[in-house]
Amino acid sequence: MPTFVYMTRCDGCGQCVDICPSDIMHIDKTLRRAYNIEPNMCWECYSCVKACPHHAIDVRGYADFAPLGHSVRVHRDEEKGTIAWRIKFRNGKKDMELLAPITTKPWGSCIPQLANEAAPADSMRNTELLYNEPKYVAMNDNALMTLESNGLEIKEGVYY
Amino acid sequence: MFTTNPFDAITSLISTDVMQMYVILMAVLVAAGTILDMMHKKSAKYFFENAQKAQKNAKRTVSTGEKAGLAVATIANEVLTSGEFSNPKRRLSHLLTMYGFIIFVASSALIIFGCDTFATTTLAQAWHIGALMLAIGGYWFWFFIRVDVNSEGVKWYQLRRADIFIVSLLLTATFALIWSYLQHKGTTGAVADMGWTTLFFAFFIISNTVLFSTVMWSKFAHMFFKPAAAFQKRVAHADGSNENLPGDFDLSSPEVQARFPDIPEYMGKNPENMGAGIRREAANHY
Repeated sequence: MPTFVYMTRCDGCGQCVDICPSDIMHIDKTLRRAYNIEPNMCWECYSCVKACPHHAIDVRGYADFAPLGHSVRVHRDEEKGTIAWRIKFRNGKKDMELLAPITTKPWGSCIPQLANEAAPADSMRNTELLYNEPKYVAMNDNALMTLESNGLEIKEGVYY
Repeated sequence: MFTTNPFDAITSLISTDVMQMYVILMAVLVAAGTILDMMHKKSAKYFFENAQKAQKNAKRTVSTGEKAGLAVATIANEVLTSGEFSNPKRRLSHLLTMYGFIIFVASSALIIFGCDTFATTTLAQAWHIGALMLAIGGYWFWFFIRVDVNSEGVKWYQLRRADIFIVSLLLTATFALIWSYLQHKGTTGAVADMGWTTLFFAFFIISNTVLFSTVMWSKFAHMFFKPAAAFQKRVAHADGSNENLPGDFDLSSPEVQARFPDIPEYMGKNPENMGAGIRREAANHY
């Protein structure tokens, strides 16, 4: 489902160029507007679609499972901390909207201050474990760690 | 320098009639270039087809009066104050360039056509101020804000076809100012060789001609299609079709919270403003 750009909406701000993990969103050399230089390499991650401040980027679904004429559009509202989707079927019978939180804390307020952490000791450097990796995500000599053996349980829903 | 009419000195070389003909020719070139551009890119056809498509998805009819109001809002926001730019630096640079260009072109035409409404000194001042605004806004854009430099990592001196417009615009303003400065120095005796003045006048005319004659290949036509696109966007928002985008939800509204229970569960009844997100950093991580 490669992305494409509505040229009349794009103002060439560069947000999609900056965010694309595949580095395939670039600026057209003639019109100075963004475009997908290699649709085959698009991961459909929607990063550019969500980052575009003008909703100038859309995604074209492959015809085998998303017949032409459908619409999947998204609005990522950073100030509200939500993401909203609207999905329309080609025949118009299904037209649904979804709204979900993408953060529960102001952006940048919960970044781990790793510089304030104590430096790892030599024993920690020589272990196969990652720095500060919780023990319950690793294998040990005795048995496979489980949520139960660590007194944890899975909660339903999204928690931060 | 700022109060001297730069076109005075060349009237001995080029008659006023020729200058007026040149201005008319440039206006004709812009009009013809825009029409050709519209035909070639089928932009007008696209706009009408898109408008019809949006009308099919409309949830309500927008009255003529409401459309007039939307047109006024588009002129006030997108056209006159470049409100569409989310980057404030880019908006300021665009405003400087746009108003500089308008002041520069209008004062040039008024001087050449011998307008009596304004004093020549006032027009000469406007001409210089326009050129300066154009140069400041344009060079700021060229060296720092331009997306190729800012997000693509392209060097400022690497030219592309998209640069025809901005380069010819910048050269027009730069050569105009240098030409005026050399004339001023020439009259005060500091520059004895008037050949330089003529040379920079020739550069000014060449860059001007490139600017106005390349509408078909440059992005000059954006001044026509961008307001049309902005108006269409407002109409689509007003008629509910909204380009199939999801609605704008008020998170503290009980209806919204009842419809999307995840919101009050994870964000509380009155979610706070989460700030700028990815906009906290400039888009230049190339």
